[in-house]
Amino acid sequence: MTAYILRRLLYAIPILIGVNLITFVLFFVVNSPDDMARMQLGDKRVTQEAIDTWKAEHGYDRPLLYNAEAPGLQRLTDTIFFQKSLKLFAFDFGLSDSGRDIGYDIRQRMWPSLAIALPTLLVGLAIAISYALMIVFFRATYIDFGSVVLLVAMMSISGLFYIIGGQFLIGKLFHLVPISGYDRGLEALKFLILPVVVGVAAGIGSSTRLYRTFFLEEINRDYVRTARAKGLRERVVLFRHVLRNALIPILTGVVAVLPLLFMGALIIESFFGVPGLGSYTIDAINRQDFSIVRAMVFLGSVLYILGLILTDISYTLVDPRVRLS
Amino acid sequence: MSRASRSLPLLLLVAAALLTACGEPPWNKPYPESQAGENILYGAFTERPKHLDPARSYSSNEYSFIAQVYEPPLQYHFLKRPYELVPLTAHALPEVTFFDADGNALPSDVAPDEIAVSEYLVEIEPGIRYQPHPAFAKDADGAYRYHDLDARTIERINTLDDLPETGTRELTAADYVYQIKRLATPWLHSPIAGLMGEHILGFAELGDRIAAQAPAPVDGERPFFDLRQVPFAGAEVVDRYRYRIRLEGPYPQFVYWLAMPFFAPMPWEAEALYNQPGMKQNNLTLDWYPVGTGPFMLSENNPNLRMVLARNTNFHGERYPSAGMPGDRAAGLLDDAGEPMPFVDQAIYSLEQESIPYWNKFLQGYYDSSGISSDAFDQAIKFDAAGEAGLTADMREQGIELVTAVQTSIWYMGFNMLDPLLGGDSERARLLRQAISIAVDFGEYISIFANGRGVQGQGPLPPGIFGHREGEAGINPYVFDWENGRVVRKPIAEAKALLAKAGYRDGRDPETGRPLTIYYEAMDAGPDGKARLNWMRKQFAKLGIELVVRATDYNRFQEKMRKGTGQVFMWGWNADYPDPENFFFLLYGPNRKVDGGENAANYQNAEFDALFERMKNMDDGPERQQVIDRMNAILRHDAPWSFGFYPKSFSLHHQWLDNVKPNLMANNTLKYRRLEPAIREQLRAQWNPPVLWPIGALIAVLAVGAIPAVLVARRRERGRAL
Repeated sequence: MTAYILRRLLYAIPILIGVNLITFVLFFVVNSPDDMARMQLGDKRVTQEAIDTWKAEHGYDRPLLYNAEAPGLQRLTDTIFFQKSLKLFAFDFGLSDSGRDIGYDIRQRMWPSLAIALPTLLVGLAIAISYALMIVFFRATYIDFGSVVLLVAMMSISGLFYIIGGQFLIGKLFHLVPISGYDRGLEALKFLILPVVVGVAAGIGSSTRLYRTFFLEEINRDYVRTARAKGLRERVVLFRHVLRNALIPILTGVVAVLPLLFMGALIIESFFGVPGLGSYTIDAINRQDFSIVRAMVFLGSVLYILGLILTDISYTLVDPRVRLS
Repeated sequence: MSRASRSLPLLLLVAAALLTACGEPPWNKPYPESQAGENILYGAFTERPKHLDPARSYSSNEYSFIAQVYEPPLQYHFLKRPYELVPLTAHALPEVTFFDADGNALPSDVAPDEIAVSEYLVEIEPGIRYQPHPAFAKDADGAYRYHDLDARTIERINTLDDLPETGTRELTAADYVYQIKRLATPWLHSPIAGLMGEHILGFAELGDRIAAQAPAPVDGERPFFDLRQVPFAGAEVVDRYRYRIRLEGPYPQFVYWLAMPFFAPMPWEAEALYNQPGMKQNNLTLDWYPVGTGPFMLSENNPNLRMVLARNTNFHGERYPSAGMPGDRAAGLLDDAGEPMPFVDQAIYSLEQESIPYWNKFLQGYYDSSGISSDAFDQAIKFDAAGEAGLTADMREQGIELVTAVQTSIWYMGFNMLDPLLGGDSERARLLRQAISIAVDFGEYISIFANGRGVQGQGPLPPGIFGHREGEAGINPYVFDWENGRVVRKPIAEAKALLAKAGYRDGRDPETGRPLTIYYEAMDAGPDGKARLNWMRKQFAKLGIELVVRATDYNRFQEKMRKGTGQVFMWGWNADYPDPENFFFLLYGPNRKVDGGENAANYQNAEFDALFERMKNMDDGPERQQVIDRMNAILRHDAPWSFGFYPKSFSLHHQWLDNVKPNLMANNTLKYRRLEPAIREQLRAQWNPPVLWPIGALIAVLAVGAIPAVLVARRRERGRAL
């Protein structure tokens, strides 16, 4: 397995270079270093001289991808792309274009993101699995039919609607929790309730439908029939046999998204005023801060690759028939 | 023990945790209980400030913080209109002396051409002290406690709180001179460095000298370079409390800059602290932690969450103004006359990026004031038959108060005067521009897209700026008529007649016979801008002109403006200071955008330029008004702009917030605000009782729904297999 993991990690390098290159090209198609300087220096009364100084200080005075005037290998290395990308692979994110330490900001902001993402995942998982099991228990009844209609409807509603609806009902009309905001320590709890409820409600439709399919797939297997033939109660069949086997695809799916929880939820964080990594990314895009955008895309890619590797490993742990080689 | 009874303690624990989280009613209160009843002002900011260094900061969202911390020598009178400069840390307004090229003093009424140097002598009040700050902390031997930290110590410092010892010292004239030198420092990128280079004696050379003498950056960090050692003829210390600034030639508008944070004092100790190697890596910079003498100090800077301004314990003290405008006393704005300021102990600003939660929290009483977004406009404002804005019944019932003011800003539609079709000073192009100015109905625009928050522009000067005329005397006669005491846009038939006279009958190009095509440079490429662009197309279509919208992002838009390749565009300007020069310079020939200036229309008119040169050096008075009237007449005739509209700001505040009067020039207004926290606490509780029945209803629905499910389940389990 070690050889497999090492191989996967080596495969990740060209993927990360590719992702970095695409991010770089996409960013500089719409922004020039001059634009970035203007964004930092402001619109009013800024001179070309000030722009040139800013670019020189921040390393944006080089050619983007190819330096025709440099000798030898420096044609590739004396470029913005190379200079800005190399340190990323050592996880040195450097300073943002406004002069802040990106690594420090990420370390600070990942906790609020996790504080929302983790409970949302766990509560959502518990509710979706329970609900899916209940639907399967009452399969081919009006409860099953009604639930599927409800779930499809929930899937079809925009996430924004849940956010605004949740803020309106729970925060504004019922006055149960603050509409938005965040705080440190235990004070954060009251701010987490609403985003978690909204996050769970927004995700319940699709996940319950998916888990229902997993359970239905299992429930027609021979071993289930055998369990019933032994005279086991349906409840026992469902919880002891069906659930245990259907959990394999569910858990491996969860493992894949676990690392990405650090990245935060873009819209939820923005609407609820949570200072997480999702709102950090959105802010950076709005401010044309290439250093942060690049760092966050890179980090997201690394975590995604990590999630896929963990998924593969988790398969071997839950299913002895699977071996990584 | 049954499974249910085993789960009970866990359930109770969860319930207890949730109830603890909710705390005492109101449950939706976003602030800790310890702040209940405190004299704290609550506000919000929508965009995180980029710079808090007074040498770099140049936007209103940043000024709302730093203007409470830093004190330039002058400020605007809070109540008086037109805007009036008064001393802040200065003893009086600066004394200005003029000199000729030989250094001889000139009388104050000398002709501007004869002035070679203007000297501003500023005297500050003694006894003003800086806020408590680690930069001033000294040990028993009198050495600075934190100016020579080793790398390992700096590595462990993440916030200023990690430097527990603080100190202070008296404000001196040298601190003001130090800051002026900072404006010239190349790596600080002060946005006004270019402008000041044109006016302050030796300013540009100072920048070169600093760049040459300063040590090179190490690992991206610039070591401390003491600017006190760099001589500078443009700004010199006279004695402990006096300094002088020398300008090349006359620049009467300079005095307004002395009321902006750019000219606030900076103690050298702050730079000595923050410029130690490793500080920047740990985000400890002047751009993040201001050091000032103002009524407040930034006690928490977390722009991802909140910014907290706390009362500066060393504040020198200032009293609420005793005089204002007629009507201010009746409005209660002089109730605190002569009282010591500031009135609030703390101001907490929370980040609210979205308008809906911001608005709802204001209505719940958790913000003391708020703007009005388009979404909430109809809920808050209604217009009466005369078109006057007022509050809706719901707002009045809540005791909310409305404050409106026409901003010292303008949104205009510019014509690129370098364009072969629309530009130039030919009669044909002028008539075409005048016709378009009539056709594009900004009254309608204000009504549709700004909820009525604006006043149609008659010239470049908005109300509140000297030279602006109200009534019939102030209208643009090429676009409007004066009928029954009201401004009325000329009928479209007149625009068509002008177009025909220009040679474009029915909007058709005589050479091709096809509709005239004009390109509109839009920076509003998003979905929200679509309606605006469609509206603009329809305005041109009234004349039979086909408008092609070239929508792009703001960067590309600016690039087109700089290159002068655009044809028609909309842009705006917000006054730096209340002087007509700050608007007319946008149309001054040598200031063309293609030459690096701010004149985006690239307009050039010899007579206008000559009048501008004259007007900018004149004192306000009838003679200056006469010159301005002529300048306005030239612009209205030449029509390089269609004078769009002057935006109107609407803001709301709760009944417990006092001393609210819009002052569009002053940024340091927090010190004037007074609160009645007891009323706020009482109304918050009254407005936000927790509504618990939905939780009960939800549990009941689930329980009732579970009964048939349980019955079905039991029946199934007890049933026989086939």
